[in-house]
Amino acid sequence: MNFQQLWRYQDQFVEGALITLALTLIAAVVGLAIGVAGAALLRGGAKPVRLAVRSYIEIFRNTPSLIQIFLIFFVLPAAGLKLPAFEAAAVALSFYFGAYAIEIVRAGLDSIPKSQVEAGQCLGLTRWEVFRHIVLPPALRNVYPAFTAQFVLLLLGTSLASQVAAGELFHAASFIESRTYRSFEVYAVVCAIYFAMVIAFKALFAVIGLAAFRWPIRR
Amino acid sequence: MRSFGFIDLLSFVHALQWTVVLVLVALAFGGPLALLLATTRTSRFAPLRWLAAGLIQLIQGVPLLGLLFFFYFGMPVFLGIEVPALVAVGMAYTLYTAGFLGDIWRGGIEAVKPAQWEAGACLGLTTWQQFRHIIGPQALRMSLPPTVGFLVQLIKGTSLASIVGFVELARAGQVVSAATFQPLLAYGIVAAIYFALCLPLTLWSRTLEARLNGAR
Repeated sequence: MNFQQLWRYQDQFVEGALITLALTLIAAVVGLAIGVAGAALLRGGAKPVRLAVRSYIEIFRNTPSLIQIFLIFFVLPAAGLKLPAFEAAAVALSFYFGAYAIEIVRAGLDSIPKSQVEAGQCLGLTRWEVFRHIVLPPALRNVYPAFTAQFVLLLLGTSLASQVAAGELFHAASFIESRTYRSFEVYAVVCAIYFAMVIAFKALFAVIGLAAFRWPIRR
Repeated sequence: MRSFGFIDLLSFVHALQWTVVLVLVALAFGGPLALLLATTRTSRFAPLRWLAAGLIQLIQGVPLLGLLFFFYFGMPVFLGIEVPALVAVGMAYTLYTAGFLGDIWRGGIEAVKPAQWEAGACLGLTTWQQFRHIIGPQALRMSLPPTVGFLVQLIKGTSLASIVGFVELARAGQVVSAATFQPLLAYGIVAAIYFALCLPLTLWSRTLEARLNGAR
C-alpha cells in the first residue's frame, strides 16, 4: 500500500468532490420541486394525471439509476437533444430523486389529520393560511428524517454519474487511478471522502432539525 | 454492427441468472450478518453497541460503487491473491446487505416494547428464548415491509456489478447496446426486466405495510 503518490492529485480529488456536491444539490432541489408538484397533482389532479404521476413514480423507483443515466445519456442524442455528461446525469438523478420526493411529500401531507384543516377553516383562515400555518410545519417535521435519509442516498448515488464521465468524485478517481495504477489506494481515499461528506451532512441536518423543529409534540 | 435479434434476448436471460445469483449470495451471507449486527446493535453491552453502530454508519456512509471497488481491488492487496470476481463482488454485496438490513431489523427490535422482554424474563425464559419466542416474531412482522423494500434496492444495486466487469443484466445491456448501436432498445429491455422483477416486490411491500397499519 502506498498513499504517497496520491498527494499530487489533491486538486483532482477536491474538484471531483465539488462536482459531486453540485450534482447532489441540483438533483435535490429539482427533485424536491418535482416532489411538491407531483404530490399536488396526486391530491388534486384529474384521474389520467394521477395515473401518469403514479406511473412515473413506479417506473423510476423500480429500475436501476444506472440504467436511467445510460438511457438519458445515450438515447436522447438520437432524439436530437445532445446533453453533456454532467447535464445528462443531473437530469437523470433529478428524475430519480423526484420519484422518491413525491412519495415523501405525499406522506407528509397525509400525516396531517383532516380535522386539523377543518379546525383552521372554522377559525376563518384562508386556504393558503391553513396550508402555511397548520399543515406545512408539522408535515415538514414528520418527513424531515425521510428526506434527509434520501438526500444521503442521493449523495452516494451520484457516484453512478462517473459511468458517463460526468467529472464527479468517482470519475476523478478513475482518472487518478489511470495515472498512478494505485487502484486500491485511490478508491479507499474516495470512500473516505464520501464518508466524511455523509457525516458532515448528517451533522448539518441534525443541527437544522434541532433548530427548526423545537416545538413540543402533543398527541 | 449487427441488428438486434433473438440472440440478444437470450444473452439477457443468461445474464439475468447472474443477477439472481448476486441477490441470493447477498441475502445468504448478508442476512445472518445483518441479524448479528441488529442484535449487537441492541445489546446491553455498550462497546458492542458502539461497534455495530459504527459498522452500520460506515457501510451506509460510502457508495455501493465504493464498496465494490474497495473489495475488487482490495482483496489482492490484503490477501496477496487474485480472487474470482464473484467472490470480491459477493463480499461487497454481503456487507451492503448486512449494513442496511441490520439497521432495518434493529428498528424492528427496538419497536417492540421493553415490557415484552421483562414479561419474558418473569416467565423464566433466558435472553435467547425471549428473543426467539417473544421479541423476534414481533420484530420480524414489523420489519418485513422495509425488508422487502430493501430487496428492491438490492436488485437495482446489482446493476453496479457491471462496472467492475461482472457480467450480469446491466452488463449484458451495455454489450448488446455496443454491438447493435441501439441503446434505446437494449437499455429499454433491460430496464423493463428490472421493472418486472422489482414492481411486484414494491407492491407486496406496500400491501404488507397497509396490513400492518390496519392491524394496529
